[in-house]
Amino acid sequence: MNIEQQDFYTQAILSLAALVGLTSFLMLGQGRLLRLIFIFAMQGFLLTLTAALAAYSLDNPHLYISAALTLVLKVIFIPWMLRREVIQMNTHRDIEALHNKTTVMLGGASLMVFSYYVLNPVVQTTSPVMLNALAVSLSVVLLGMLLMISHRQAVAHVVGFMAIENGLFFAAIVATNGMPMVVELGVAFDVLVAAVLFGIFFFHIRTSIDSLDVDRLNRLHEVDK
Amino acid sequence: MNWLIAILQTLLFIVLAPLLAGWLKCCKCRLQNRKPPSLLQPYRDLIKLTSKQPVVAGQASWLFPIAPYLVFSATVLAATVVPLIAVDLPTSASADVIVMVGFFAFARFFLALAGLDIGTAFGGMGSSREMTISSLAEPAMLMAIFTLTMTASTTNLSVAINHVLNDGLILRPSFVFALFALILVAIAETGRIPVDNPSTHLELTMIHEAMILEYSGRHLALIEWASQLKLMLYGVLIANIFFPWGIAESFTAQALGYGLLAIMGKLAVLAIFLAIAETLVAKMRLFRVQEYLSFAYLLGLLGMLSHIILEASR
Amino acid sequence: MILLLAYGAVLFSFASGLLALMMNQRQVLLGLSRYWFKKFPGSHQQNQSVLEDNLQEARYPDALRQVVFVLLGLSGMFAVLAGLGVMVGKEAVTDQISLGLPWLPWHVRFDSLSGFFYLIIGIGVAAVSLYGPGYVRAYDESQHPFAALGLFTGLFVAGMLLVLLADDAFFFMIAWELMSVASYFLVAFQHENPANRRAAFLYLLMAEVGALAIILAFGVLASFSDGFTFDALREAKLSSTWASIAFVLALLGFGMKAGVVPVHVWLPEAHPVAPSHISALMSGVMLKVALYGLIRFCYDLIGDVHWQWGVALLIVGTVSALGGILYAMMQANLKRLLAYSSVENIGIIFMVLGLSMIFMDNGQPQLAALGFLAALFHAFNHALFKNLLFLGAGIIQHQTHELNIDLMGGLIRRMPHTSKLFLIGCMSISSLPLFNGFVSEWLAFQTALQVDALDNGVLRSLIPVAAAALALTAALAAACFVKVFGMVFLGQSRSRHCDKAHEVQDKGMLAGPSLLAGLCFLIGIFPGMVISLLNSVAGQLLGQTLPNDSALGWLWLAPVSAKQASYSPPLVLIAALIAGCISFWYLRRNPATVMRRAEPWDCGFGGLTPRMQYSCHAFTMPFRRIFANAWIVDERIDKDLQGAMNQDVAAIRYQLQVQDHSWPRLYEPIARGVDCLARQVGRIQTGNIRVYLGYSFATLLILLWVVS
Repeated sequence: MNIEQQDFYTQAILSLAALVGLTSFLMLGQGRLLRLIFIFAMQGFLLTLTAALAAYSLDNPHLYISAALTLVLKVIFIPWMLRREVIQMNTHRDIEALHNKTTVMLGGASLMVFSYYVLNPVVQTTSPVMLNALAVSLSVVLLGMLLMISHRQAVAHVVGFMAIENGLFFAAIVATNGMPMVVELGVAFDVLVAAVLFGIFFFHIRTSIDSLDVDRLNRLHEVDK
Repeated sequence: MNWLIAILQTLLFIVLAPLLAGWLKCCKCRLQNRKPPSLLQPYRDLIKLTSKQPVVAGQASWLFPIAPYLVFSATVLAATVVPLIAVDLPTSASADVIVMVGFFAFARFFLALAGLDIGTAFGGMGSSREMTISSLAEPAMLMAIFTLTMTASTTNLSVAINHVLNDGLILRPSFVFALFALILVAIAETGRIPVDNPSTHLELTMIHEAMILEYSGRHLALIEWASQLKLMLYGVLIANIFFPWGIAESFTAQALGYGLLAIMGKLAVLAIFLAIAETLVAKMRLFRVQEYLSFAYLLGLLGMLSHIILEASR
Repeated sequence: MILLLAYGAVLFSFASGLLALMMNQRQVLLGLSRYWFKKFPGSHQQNQSVLEDNLQEARYPDALRQVVFVLLGLSGMFAVLAGLGVMVGKEAVTDQISLGLPWLPWHVRFDSLSGFFYLIIGIGVAAVSLYGPGYVRAYDESQHPFAALGLFTGLFVAGMLLVLLADDAFFFMIAWELMSVASYFLVAFQHENPANRRAAFLYLLMAEVGALAIILAFGVLASFSDGFTFDALREAKLSSTWASIAFVLALLGFGMKAGVVPVHVWLPEAHPVAPSHISALMSGVMLKVALYGLIRFCYDLIGDVHWQWGVALLIVGTVSALGGILYAMMQANLKRLLAYSSVENIGIIFMVLGLSMIFMDNGQPQLAALGFLAALFHAFNHALFKNLLFLGAGIIQHQTHELNIDLMGGLIRRMPHTSKLFLIGCMSISSLPLFNGFVSEWLAFQTALQVDALDNGVLRSLIPVAAAALALTAALAAACFVKVFGMVFLGQSRSRHCDKAHEVQDKGMLAGPSLLAGLCFLIGIFPGMVISLLNSVAGQLLGQTLPNDSALGWLWLAPVSAKQASYSPPLVLIAALIAGCISFWYLRRNPATVMRRAEPWDCGFGGLTPRMQYSCHAFTMPFRRIFANAWIVDERIDKDLQGAMNQDVAAIRYQLQVQDHSWPRLYEPIARGVDCLARQVGRIQTGNIRVYLGYSFATLLILLWVVS
């Protein structure tokens, strides 16, 4: 099934999938927190576009609502909140030196291949478009985890966490043409709560160890070295 | 007839390359609030240089005066391969896109050797840096080009462009990546800001200029011309691979005329974008270039992966 | 007939080796010839005088060296003829020689694959035989006897040729060992230097470990068949697991000889210390024999290859290619650099061979043939240009007594012919268009680009990445050889030796490299010749030739189909000549613009000195920084500070040491392990005689128990 034979909607969805994948990669390689947050907002914007496109071409009006929710939450509110946090903490000038950027990036690329490989048997029966979209969303999820593993800043961890959620959201839109409204609202609410909780969490770490570097938490280790 | 068109368009390449450079300079000057030189200034420079007596360093070997001719010929050969105003060229069959990359490598090889020939510190510095950057750029470029060639399942540029043309407007995610990768590589390979600054002679930052510092007269003219040609080549590659519309598919005068207008228009627009980018972006440190190029490589890789995963899955 | 030619090649190389032993037997020969002519007086007056003339003390060594190398050259020519003959004839010939044990005759089989490698060896040996007489003349006879050099050279060549002829495992191993041991003595030839002895020992050790692995691999095959002839081994029915075990053993054994990373360490040690023409043979030819062994073992003896093996080869090859060129780039010793670059090229060959295996197992025999062909073609090309470069390095060493490229420079003006030949070698190895290296690299890319034919998604994404690694390798190789040529031949001389160097006088020393350089160019322009020969190899081994080979005529190279990819080097050459000539003529028609010589720009400081130039390590500094993790770099800058505030730098010492990762990561742990094991074993050696008696007693008891 080549791309030439697909309709325009599918082509557009696939292109958006590719761009979502790209933003995940960009986040993975990004050392500056403000740019990381900006790219995260871009990813949210791409998701909004996807949802709106799906709503338009599938004639599914409630997807407009989730598009609007995504726009408000993931493009505006959460990035704004994180940005404020970073600037308050005065960490926006820090450059996080990734230890082995090349390895991490190559690892990311192989994760993408891996998720494609894993999903290959799962979606044998459905259309290849589904496989592709699912592969991209799975790799976005995995890349989000890799982001959390490879970065030290707590803010980056939050972004990674949210990116995982983005991956799931993308899969939900493309594969099932949108979840039921209740679930969607519930997830959106969860994300909001998570964001607020993270804010409080940051506040506490900051007041107690005066940094958002999660490696500092190693000091809480009970066993004396 | 085919061969005639092929030769004709190679000549067009050679003739139009300084014009593109002039237009680029014009745009840049406008953007930076300066009074631009005439569009024809690069031609005047070339003519002036060719009529001057070249001065060659005393200890230069035979390689030094030969190198500009080799560089220029290799670049011209690369130009014969790329469809400018018409597809279906016989020359594209005699050397495909990998050979074209090979021609660039050939030109660079001799330019770098010429830089080392006199034994000045500048020459060595330029050669070393040029080889570094190009050896990182080459894989990125091939990755981007492979995406195209795998989509069209050919390495023949004419056939590949024809393929893209016949498919009509298709949103290919891989092409988006490949386009960006190719643009990044093109900027690095043609020595534009942010990788290299063609108008600088500051010893710490120059790359290409450092290599050719000892050249003068007609030798310098050839090298300058070759680098203008290279800039145009990359521009045409980007324009005709990703936006092939307008290129002549038949060899009628009308189609060819439209093809010429189309490519000139596309290049003019590309040059404006390049001028804007050069005005907005500052030059990078030398050791940031690797990050830049590995990003280009990553884009190329993602393009390839999305071709395999998203587009041609079975 | 063809077999006679093949035997002739072997016999001539033996004869050349044995004749070299006559170096110290001048008196005997003189006596013999007098006796002969006394016994058969006749019309041979002229012959007699010629012979007597050559047996005079002053002329004898030179004459003997000439004769020895002429014999070696004849061996090379016979090998070329035999190889060409069998590839054109497309028939495998078999024979038995009743040597060795009475019930184990040596089986001989000479087919297209052997023939192709015969061709490689033949060309290499022929070039070396032209080059040799001039080169070895410089050796001091008392310290470096020619007898030893000539003998082992002959045995070495004969060993390589016999490996290709072997059709049973015993004969194969005997020939293999002949090759290994003879080349050990050649590496140890300049044994007065402890480092050389160490390198030679390392080489011998690794060669023997590799041979063990090969024997085990044959053993695995033999246990599933009845006999050790290759015919019997071909019939062996192996389970997939055992076949894979045999493959891994073979890869280890042959890979050790071929020098893939991480078992490449002997190569950069052994190649620089051997005499240059021997390094040329070892690097250009012997590594190919190891490649032959691997191909013979996988494609012919095991038969059905698995794509997993292909992936293994692809990964090993990629690592070797990248590692080899990165290590090569950091070397300042010219021959060491060339040795590392051999690792790179072997890596490329392995990569393409891996691609061929992947296609083979995925039901694409035509593409498998394409990959196979590209691999063999690159092997051939590498033999040509690496031989050329090593011979060139030999000339440089001969004339300047220097191998450190940081102490060279400016040789292009002092050694014009050598520099041109070396430039051709550099261009070929950097795979620039119009030269042979490019053609094989182009074919490799074409093979890699056919991945759309595969069904497996992971393979389809792995192969393009490998292709990009190949592109990176090629680009780095170009940078590396720009460095080599630039530092050795261009610029100003960095040492007194190089300032005083002059072009080599001996015609033969230039003729050998010229032959190779000519072939490099010729095959770069007309690759069709070699490809049609290779087609017969692929046809015989894989049962599949390239599709559409000559659809466009001999001018064109269109490996898959004309629409997919084509390359026509002759047309490119013509176009290049036209473009070059027109620009040359147009720009030089004005007599007023004749070139003027002047001082170069020196920033107004007055006088450029050689020390202002970029040095070898300065040139590669950006690479060192970018690929920092590829080496263990130890860089130290010591400054002598003085003056009022300790601010003036009086002197700077710069020290740089670049080491291979494989030593501390792989070899030192193994060495420690072996040491540890030895100590454990040493514990049972108490030195007390009663304990030894006790061991014998216990052994006896156990044996009795077993027997009962």
